[in-house]
Amino acid sequence: MKAGIVVFPGTNRERDMAIALKRVTGQAPAMLWHRDTTLPKLDLIVLPGGFSHGDYLRCGAMAAHAPLMAEVRAFAAAGGHILGVCNGFQILTEAQILPGALLRNANLRFLSQDCHLRVERADTAFTRLWAKGDVFRTPMAHGDGNYVADPATIERLEGEGRVAFRYARPDGTVAADDQAHNPNGSLNAIAGVFSENLRICGMMPHPEDLVDPLMGGEDGKPLFAGLVEALGR
Amino acid sequence: MKVRVTVMLKDGVLDPQGKAIAHALHVLDFGSVGEVRAGRVIELEIAETDADKARAQGDAMARALLANLVIEDFTVEVVA
Repeated sequence: MKAGIVVFPGTNRERDMAIALKRVTGQAPAMLWHRDTTLPKLDLIVLPGGFSHGDYLRCGAMAAHAPLMAEVRAFAAAGGHILGVCNGFQILTEAQILPGALLRNANLRFLSQDCHLRVERADTAFTRLWAKGDVFRTPMAHGDGNYVADPATIERLEGEGRVAFRYARPDGTVAADDQAHNPNGSLNAIAGVFSENLRICGMMPHPEDLVDPLMGGEDGKPLFAGLVEALGR
Repeated sequence: MKVRVTVMLKDGVLDPQGKAIAHALHVLDFGSVGEVRAGRVIELEIAETDADKARAQGDAMARALLANLVIEDFTVEVVA
């Protein structure tokens, strides 16, 4: 699996992502600068976390129009696999590659803490090493993770099974109005969504920050190991 | 010409910032204040002499970047 990580000015989680990817593929992913205008041959593009362009205007708004994003869009249209984490998810929504938007956390606080995610479907490249309903722990660190979309979009996402992950209690129950377990106030406790073809996944929490016992656990590793299984080592 | 674009969260989109401002105003004894909505004002200096054309450019910029139409509405006015 040849992976490339897109770096914008203000991106700061690209090294964590590179470590997670190298751990499962054995090779360092390509680092791609946002002003590049061509992509190398890749199996996976990752938009990592951070504060691209200082979060000015709206998180991800400027990055969504970076020169390389035209190539990312073409990669998506050709059926390529893309993972967007945190700011990467925000960029994918701003670029309208994924539906919805991420608003300020409902309690207005920047939240840096662990959360639990429930896997909503297991038949995707991102979730194949889990079973539907599995719960895993993952860190989250964001100020704007409150997922919203208009009612018709939410209905479509739910109807088409395009919710990837939901914030949940450790026992797997989901309560969108329970602030302790849906900390940013996301609609339907949505923490991540898929594109229509299930090859693009955006999520707010950081599974790449829990892939090594030294980090306190490997709970996020199945996502990356699953991608390697799906896309080849 | 100067064009002012005002971007506001759509009606129905929860505005936690507005709620926090309302709460602070109540603490300051402005008990008459009800709902508060917070938005963003962007002023653009545009090299254009025709007001309609300047407004149209402001509108295009709002749609392309300044507003996210998933969650926000905007208005455009020519101010100078």
